[in-house]
Amino acid sequence: MKRIFITLAFLVCGQVAAADSMRMAVTTSFENSGLADVLLPAIKEDLDLEVQLLVVGTGQALRLGEAGDVEAILVHSKAAEEAFVAAGHGTYRREIMYNDFVVVGPVADGAGIADATSAADALTRIAQTQAPFVSRGDDSGTHKAERALWAAAGVDPEAAGTWYRSVGAGMGAALNTASGLNAYVLSDRASWLNFGNKSGLGLLYSGDPALFNQYAFLPVNPDKHAHVRNDLAMQLENWLTSPQAAELIDGYTIEGEALFVFNAVAE
Amino acid sequence: MTAVFPLKLDRVLVRRQSKTVLGPVDLVLDPQGATIVIGPNGSGKTTLLRVMHGIERTSGGTVSWARDDPAKHAFVFQTPIVIRRTVADNLAYPLKLVKTPKDQIAAAVDHWLARIGLLGSRNNQAARLSGGERQKLAIARALIRKPDVLFLDEPCANLDGHATREIEALLHEVAGAGTRLVMATHDMGQARRLARDLVFLLDGKIHESGAADALFAAPGTAELAAFLRGDIVT
Amino acid sequence: MIEILEGLKAAFQLVVGFDAELWEISLRSLRVTLSALVIASVIAIPLGTYLAVQRFRFRRFVISLINALMGLPPVVVGLVVYILLSRSGPFGVLDLLFTPTAMIIAQVIIITPVIASIAHQSMRELWAEYHDLLISLNTSKRQRILTLIYDGRRNLLTAALAGFGRAIGEVGAIMIVGGNIDHVTRVLTTAIALETGKGDFALALGLGFVLIGIAILVNIAIHSLSRTEREGRW
Repeated sequence: MKRIFITLAFLVCGQVAAADSMRMAVTTSFENSGLADVLLPAIKEDLDLEVQLLVVGTGQALRLGEAGDVEAILVHSKAAEEAFVAAGHGTYRREIMYNDFVVVGPVADGAGIADATSAADALTRIAQTQAPFVSRGDDSGTHKAERALWAAAGVDPEAAGTWYRSVGAGMGAALNTASGLNAYVLSDRASWLNFGNKSGLGLLYSGDPALFNQYAFLPVNPDKHAHVRNDLAMQLENWLTSPQAAELIDGYTIEGEALFVFNAVAE
Repeated sequence: MTAVFPLKLDRVLVRRQSKTVLGPVDLVLDPQGATIVIGPNGSGKTTLLRVMHGIERTSGGTVSWARDDPAKHAFVFQTPIVIRRTVADNLAYPLKLVKTPKDQIAAAVDHWLARIGLLGSRNNQAARLSGGERQKLAIARALIRKPDVLFLDEPCANLDGHATREIEALLHEVAGAGTRLVMATHDMGQARRLARDLVFLLDGKIHESGAADALFAAPGTAELAAFLRGDIVT
Repeated sequence: MIEILEGLKAAFQLVVGFDAELWEISLRSLRVTLSALVIASVIAIPLGTYLAVQRFRFRRFVISLINALMGLPPVVVGLVVYILLSRSGPFGVLDLLFTPTAMIIAQVIIITPVIASIAHQSMRELWAEYHDLLISLNTSKRQRILTLIYDGRRNLLTAALAGFGRAIGEVGAIMIVGGNIDHVTRVLTTAIALETGKGDFALALGLGFVLIGIAILVNIAIHSLSRTEREGRW
């Protein structure tokens, strides 16, 4: 018995020694793009700052910022971000970069969206043919973008019928579901390119400016949460808007395709 | 130190679900000898012993020792209870409970292992012993804290003649050395061999009691006479 | 089917290649789960034993409650712990959210009822076996509980291992309170969830096989540690 306890005690002891570190809530689409794996080591090297990422949906990211559980958030849902700042949870929003959404679907393309004239037209065709469509349904930035596109198409998908499947899950899980159901799905380009289980699915429609997906950085308001390390958030923001960051972001490619466009405006 | 005896039972009553299983019983136990409790099944022998030992709650009356020291009386059950440890650890257990020094425990364990002939099995699990060995172990374990009185509830009921003979010899020895025995038994031969006093229970009450020799020679009641003959008595 | 083979291959490559990240998250999984296991056992084993030994007014209610809590959905536990540990929650000042400690807290809440319930079941049986003896030896409540824990340690080990199994494979709660932060709170299960999300089934399965392997190794290790300690009864 004693020996077991000694063994356990040995395993239990020992904690991680932390350097300067801050927490940032980011969206799954950002994490899935793989860009973080390029940026975080560079930040660590340049600033000696360890950025701990909490990968959640935009809805949860905003809640984490509201509660003061993170120093900053990096999300992509302009209306929600502005509401967040207006409520005083964040100090301001600073645009960093954008990527774009794509409509993914079965390569056979039963709804014929490949030659659609706009994103709204593509969704209208899906609704008309009642082809299965998987929605994130998790109040994330991607989900919000998707709802805006349905509104532009004049379709109320929630009332539409069983072809519209709201899965309430992250991007990867939604793509897995679409793959299983042979359904259409709106995805950010990065998640799609990095997705490993593409079987039967293909990128069918992209390019409409309505599909652009702006990422913004929002420091959590230090007046509301005294413990928040606003100084670290500032350091990070300065770095994210710097020329080094621009180079890394613009230069990041998957299968030869650039994913993000740096568009931060120098102060 | 005052002696624990006499033990007095005054109008002791035990009820279970509104049925009286024992009593009212009046009884006085003096410091010496061996009292054998006899009586048919269900007459209350086990309950009487458990009440005296203090492990069965009474519904009425009082059980009073001259000086109540629970360490001074011990109990041996019909089916021996051994704990899931070695033979030696079973013997050591009651002494460990009262924080006996280690060397004293070791000496007492060796003494009793030799006396019950289990020296060779000291490091075996007690559960692997035969029924007779287990009962000898249980008796030794009950005696290891040197009690003034030992209660035994039909200790040989499930044992063969060989084991019974060994246990009776052991009981003779400890009684001779001054330990008070109070034993329930079914075996009239055993009662004759060990008893100084006899308590005859019938239907939860003491039907007759007294010196064993006298009662065996001349039962005072027809029921005891019939019971000693081997008749069914109710 | 091909994915499962790919998964086995991935697991093999990860293990044989001494993948640094795999080691890190595997060790963290073990550290978090074993810490939770030790804490939960320290609470649950005496509690389960106490419930077997002691009768009190709300005993049945407490036992039913513990049995019901065994089915507690981990996600709910995670959410409640998250709200409590959040900066805007009552324990926010402790700054525990998104740390391994938060994960340990959530796991303790999840597995304590499991261990307590199984411990209570087996301790109840052992208590039935020991009851008369321990009462007759005039043991204190503390001594009874300690004796049952010591003699029932093999059964308690089984209870603890059931808790270990539940904790090591748990993902819902620790995802919420740990946040799956790379190099800080990422463990095997949350990494599996992450890789599944990325559609990398081979790597996810590979990690899954590593998880199963660790669970088996821990079971074997703990069993053999407890066996070499003393020759077993079974």
